[in-house]
Amino acid sequence: MNISRSISRRLPRGRHFVIGVPFIWLFMFFLLPFIIVLKISFAEAEVSIPPYTDVYTWAEDKISLVLNLSNYIFLSEDDLYLAAYLGSLQMAFFSTLLCLLLGYPMAYAIARADKEMQLVYLLLIMMPTWTAILIRVYAWMGILSNNGLLNGFLQSIGLIDTPLQILNTNIAVYIGVVYSYLPFMVLPLYANLVKHDQSLLEAAADLGSSTYNSFWKITVPLSKNGIVAGCMLVFIPVVGEFVIPELLGGPETLMIGKVLWQEFFNNRDWPVASALAVVMLAILMIPIILFNRNQAKEMEGRP
Amino acid sequence: MAVASSAYKKVLEGDQQPKEVLVKIDRVTKKFDETIAVDDVSLTINKGEIFALLGGSGSGKSTLLRMLAGFERPTEGRIYLDGEDITDLPPYERPINMMFQSYALFPHMSVADNIAFGLKQDKMSRLEIDARVAEMLKLVQMSQYAKRKPHQLSGGQRQRVALARSLAKSPKLLLLDEPMGALDKKLRSQMQLELVEIIERVGVTCVMVTHDQEEAMTMAQRIAIMHLGWIAQIGSPVDIYETPTSRLVCEFIGNVNLFDGQVVEDAEGHALIDSPDLERNIFVGHGVTTSVQDKSITYAIRPEKLLVTTEQPTCEYNWSRGTVHDIAYLGGHSVFHVQLPSGKIVQSFVANAERRGTRPTWDDQVYVWWEDDSGVALRS
Amino acid sequence: MKRYSFSTIMLWVGLLFIYLPMLILVIYSFNGSRLVTVWGGWSLKWYIGLLDNTQLMNAVMRSLEIACYTAVAAVALGTLAAFVLTRVTHFKGRTLFGGLVTAPLVMPEVITGLSLLLLFVAMAQLIGWPAERGILTIWIAHTTFCAAYVSVVVSARLRELDLSIEEAAMDLGAKPWKVFFLITVPMIAPSLAAGGMMSFALSLDDLVLASFVSGPGSTTLPMEIFSAVRLGVKPEINAVASLILLSVSLMTFIIWFFARRAEDRRKKAIQQAMDESTGAHLQNGPDSRRDPSQIHAAA
Repeated sequence: MNISRSISRRLPRGRHFVIGVPFIWLFMFFLLPFIIVLKISFAEAEVSIPPYTDVYTWAEDKISLVLNLSNYIFLSEDDLYLAAYLGSLQMAFFSTLLCLLLGYPMAYAIARADKEMQLVYLLLIMMPTWTAILIRVYAWMGILSNNGLLNGFLQSIGLIDTPLQILNTNIAVYIGVVYSYLPFMVLPLYANLVKHDQSLLEAAADLGSSTYNSFWKITVPLSKNGIVAGCMLVFIPVVGEFVIPELLGGPETLMIGKVLWQEFFNNRDWPVASALAVVMLAILMIPIILFNRNQAKEMEGRP
Repeated sequence: MAVASSAYKKVLEGDQQPKEVLVKIDRVTKKFDETIAVDDVSLTINKGEIFALLGGSGSGKSTLLRMLAGFERPTEGRIYLDGEDITDLPPYERPINMMFQSYALFPHMSVADNIAFGLKQDKMSRLEIDARVAEMLKLVQMSQYAKRKPHQLSGGQRQRVALARSLAKSPKLLLLDEPMGALDKKLRSQMQLELVEIIERVGVTCVMVTHDQEEAMTMAQRIAIMHLGWIAQIGSPVDIYETPTSRLVCEFIGNVNLFDGQVVEDAEGHALIDSPDLERNIFVGHGVTTSVQDKSITYAIRPEKLLVTTEQPTCEYNWSRGTVHDIAYLGGHSVFHVQLPSGKIVQSFVANAERRGTRPTWDDQVYVWWEDDSGVALRS
Repeated sequence: MKRYSFSTIMLWVGLLFIYLPMLILVIYSFNGSRLVTVWGGWSLKWYIGLLDNTQLMNAVMRSLEIACYTAVAAVALGTLAAFVLTRVTHFKGRTLFGGLVTAPLVMPEVITGLSLLLLFVAMAQLIGWPAERGILTIWIAHTTFCAAYVSVVVSARLRELDLSIEEAAMDLGAKPWKVFFLITVPMIAPSLAAGGMMSFALSLDDLVLASFVSGPGSTTLPMEIFSAVRLGVKPEINAVASLILLSVSLMTFIIWFFARRAEDRRKKAIQQAMDESTGAHLQNGPDSRRDPSQIHAAA
């Protein structure tokens, strides 16, 4: 009470403005939309503009609220959707793992490099994130296609006779996902690793710990926040990824982002698309909360 | 390094000036959530004095200073400046300026712009500001660095700029937060002297916060010792060192030997204390007020007043046998750790007046003794 | 002696993995042959062809316009949010606020896109605004999620600022809004610039959000590229992609150049101060403003 009063004394009227503007914006354009998605997921598709029915109606002094569960029932009955959710989770899980395996040594090497090189490496890692994901994925299309560079190279050195089908398979999607999301794994890991006190490792060595042992017993546990942040920054968006499976994947690639896109743009079934989004959000709720907590922890510098 | 202490000088000369109260802190309490940082503190600060808040971390000294500056608002109590209630004034409306521990110089502004910042807020004319900035730079002898950025200055130079900036607006009260905290030891004693000189030349009233007792005793005329949010004792450096009123204060300032005991004889002009640690009673040259039920008391004596000899003292009270347990040679003096027959170890400072004299050495039988009025009896 | 550890090798493998495909893309954009896999000699014809492609050029201009608006708005909004997160510690709904600020970082784009579109549709029905979807709605969508990135970058910087510098300004008589603009903003300026550039790039790159919330006639560059490449590799797109890569590389180089120069200047200044203050020791802590970790965002 007193604390807030003392602050408001210091930010005369400004306090409400300072908190209010971002709060209202985020509420309007981030939180409220989810509530609408939830509402529409209970509506029925209709050929009209917009293409769904009203959930509540006002007639004869009565508000009638009709929660139509058929969209959710539809989702649970069709194996396609279940397979798409599982496919997305599987894709996200394994590509997160691959990113971690590749990204951790990279982040470690950058954090150990001298200051001037660190800046160069970091910019090299960050530069791709400033380039459209679309373009980077597109670059792989030319490499992986049946008459693309990779197959051409393998054929010319005589390793294979007939071109390998890589594009439009899950392998291509994995390559694309790891390629696109690697920087998002490396950067938080680096930010964490660079803060480590080098004398901890020296102390461990002094106490007789081998480099290998010190790495697993000291460096890895201390970088927990970085690992969590990196993994979440890869895992969560990949579950909903659309561009990569669309461009690199094939018919076997079932991912929920792609299915949602098709329901929305091709079938114009907004209620089912909304229901898909609601279920996806429910699945991602736990990782997102985990990420937010971890973010708060990292910002306050807690281990 | 010896620094001429103006406080000490004033005590010796007797401060004749009439005391006029500038700051009155009236029963101020500050709670952060549930923890009490400052607990019902009342004190007054006189015009023109340098007042130190001395205490360890978590003693509430910084919180009290921040309440004076206006960064924290007291949970209870009022603060008056020159008779005016400033408790609810925001920092930017108080005629109080602060020199921060980190100096908090604006990194993107030159030295001159840093000093001018406060004046600009007062909408002074350009000419007036320039004149004032030049005057301030001269005061702290930084005129040739006016165009520099803070990161182009050394630690001592930064401190001078910070001081000039906080004095530029001629505040009624100057606050110093750990003024020597960011300097290394050698520079400290030199800057302490300089700082006091400048403050006295300007004649500003000053409240400083420090955890360094030497710094407080060198610079301040009066010291308040804070502990866990309350004030343990207020007094001049001499008062606080020589007549501490509590065990806490005498343990906090300097080294001390403490003997717990019972008052066995209590008369108008003297008292006798029996301590299980000593073979002889302690004689105190004044009456000690104790309650009828509780006769327990603590006698405190500073190590430099506890003397070590090899010959048995002839007086009846105030001595004990012992063996030399350890000696630490510190150059100017040595610290003798003497073990009494009870097992208690006491410290004694022995000045190394001769380059090599015959001294008691390890495991020698010695006697420790002191003059009647060397120590103080403490009730708490 | 330089030791090549496992991690260093992995770093180079990783960088090769990241840059090789882009390099190949750029090389093939100069391919004279229409068949993307057959090398038909060096040629600039795809680049020249771009100039005549008015549809594509319109999309480029539209995307740049949106990216500019987004950068400005996201920096303003994200800085406010970061300021609230780091400086106003006690208020109701702070946890919710923190969640709202960071969640857009990880929220799958299809969800954000869909939900924003449904919001705009519902609003148009209810209050008749926005009457049509286009640049304005794309701008709102981009600002919302770019502001999250800006607030993470800026709040990291705000958090490591010495709070007493702002207090000192207030102590010297500056009112809070003045403290913010005269002291705080200049000190976090590098982060604001980084946040602005990042927002610009993110807005320019976005396909999914724009696809959901755009209307007829407001096709952005990524949407143009996407509809072209869905069906396979096109030489014109190679040229566009190479130009984008070129501009991003140029920007990266400029950032590196300025960071280097600032670092050199700082070192020189410290040296100068050290030379002059004979005997007096310097108290120079590492200057975090030039810590490379600062440049990377939350990303």
